[in-house]
Amino acid sequence: MTSPLHELDVRRLLCPMPVIKTQNKVRTLATGDTLKVVCTDPGALSDIPAWCRINGHEVLEMGEQGNEVFVVLRVGEDNGALF
Amino acid sequence: MTEASQPIKRRAIALVSGGLDSMLAVKVMQEQGIEVEGVNFYTGFCVEGHTHAIRKKDKDKEKRNNALWVAEQLGIKMHIIDISEEYKDVVLNPKHGYGANLNPCLDCKIFMVNQATLMINKARELAGDRGFDFIVTGEVIGQRPKSQRKETMPIISQESGADDRLLRPLCAQNLPPTLPEREGWVNRDELHDFSGRNRKPQMALAAKFGLDDFAQPAGGCCFLTDESYSNKLADLWKARNERRYELDDIMLLKVGRHLRPQPHYKLIISREEGENRFLEGYRYQFTSLTTVSCPGPLALVDGEFGSEAELEQAAAIVARYSKGRVEETVTLEVRSPDGVAREITVAPAQPDAVLASWNVG
Repeated sequence: MTSPLHELDVRRLLCPMPVIKTQNKVRTLATGDTLKVVCTDPGALSDIPAWCRINGHEVLEMGEQGNEVFVVLRVGEDNGALF
Repeated sequence: MTEASQPIKRRAIALVSGGLDSMLAVKVMQEQGIEVEGVNFYTGFCVEGHTHAIRKKDKDKEKRNNALWVAEQLGIKMHIIDISEEYKDVVLNPKHGYGANLNPCLDCKIFMVNQATLMINKARELAGDRGFDFIVTGEVIGQRPKSQRKETMPIISQESGADDRLLRPLCAQNLPPTLPEREGWVNRDELHDFSGRNRKPQMALAAKFGLDDFAQPAGGCCFLTDESYSNKLADLWKARNERRYELDDIMLLKVGRHLRPQPHYKLIISREEGENRFLEGYRYQFTSLTTVSCPGPLALVDGEFGSEAELEQAAAIVARYSKGRVEETVTLEVRSPDGVAREITVAPAQPDAVLASWNVG
């Protein structure tokens, strides 16, 4: 896989902040863009994929690296910008 | 006009907490053909997620964000909004006062409905008919003593600015018709007349919709309804001589054992590995104590020691909660936020030397 286009550092933030930050970042991205989110709250591994399913984004990869977890997603058709 | 035109699909934005009532309210709207999107507000006091993330003993429980889970079950989009900064004013200066603890439930509801009102106003301005027509909440008259009463319902509608664009599908029949009802976007006859704290009507409706897995947190989803949490927050304000807080403060109130041996300092002592890891992240903001001669907790010192004797007292208390509590002495590391550390050896405090009155919360 080519490396993700964008990266978001939400280390030390607790859920739901990683989801909120991911949502806000995705709103600034275009359909098809890829984003790697790096977190320390392992809850992000269930919450970010759930958020992606709801909002039509694709999870390409996720996993753990030491004390950190990461999720790589591809932005779907609607980036979720409210207005 | 010769042919019937397609009716406009009406859209609503629903306040979704992740609990059963808001889930049912959305479902009732969907049954009537309303297109719903959810909004969930993060205040900093949300019970959601944090305790899972912090405490190891909760790790075995199924972990999920209930608002996201509800959205997935209902097939709706969900906007999660961080209002933690603006929310401080609600907590510090609630116009309508507090409930049983430091829960400003009525002001909170007004604030959240107001946020939703601003959202629909902006969406209408920018997106016209693709905006939202009204707001939905899962409120039920008599459900919550501070905010969900017959007389608070119109206060919320008015003070939030939503007015008659606020629809409560679960108790609408007990309230005057709102805009969506009068305009015929929703059928009032198919809304509900729930009231009181009895949850049976909600259970029956959930069963009718085939919903059998939902969260029902006691006291809602907010730490401010929790007595122990509120006591800790009140203690924080008293110790600082002013009513204010930062996000880190209110996070730390959710974690560990809080003891205040002296008015000018408090110990936050981890109770298990997960809390230990969480408190680790704060060692660059607080003086900390850890045992080095035996396994033990990590403790943060919120405040300043007035003397070496107070430091020794604190170290003895922390040693009391370590594996070395039965030893004659325990050695601890005292580290200041800048990383400078030194060791101190003390006799662990005896059980009766840790006063119950020090316990905050």
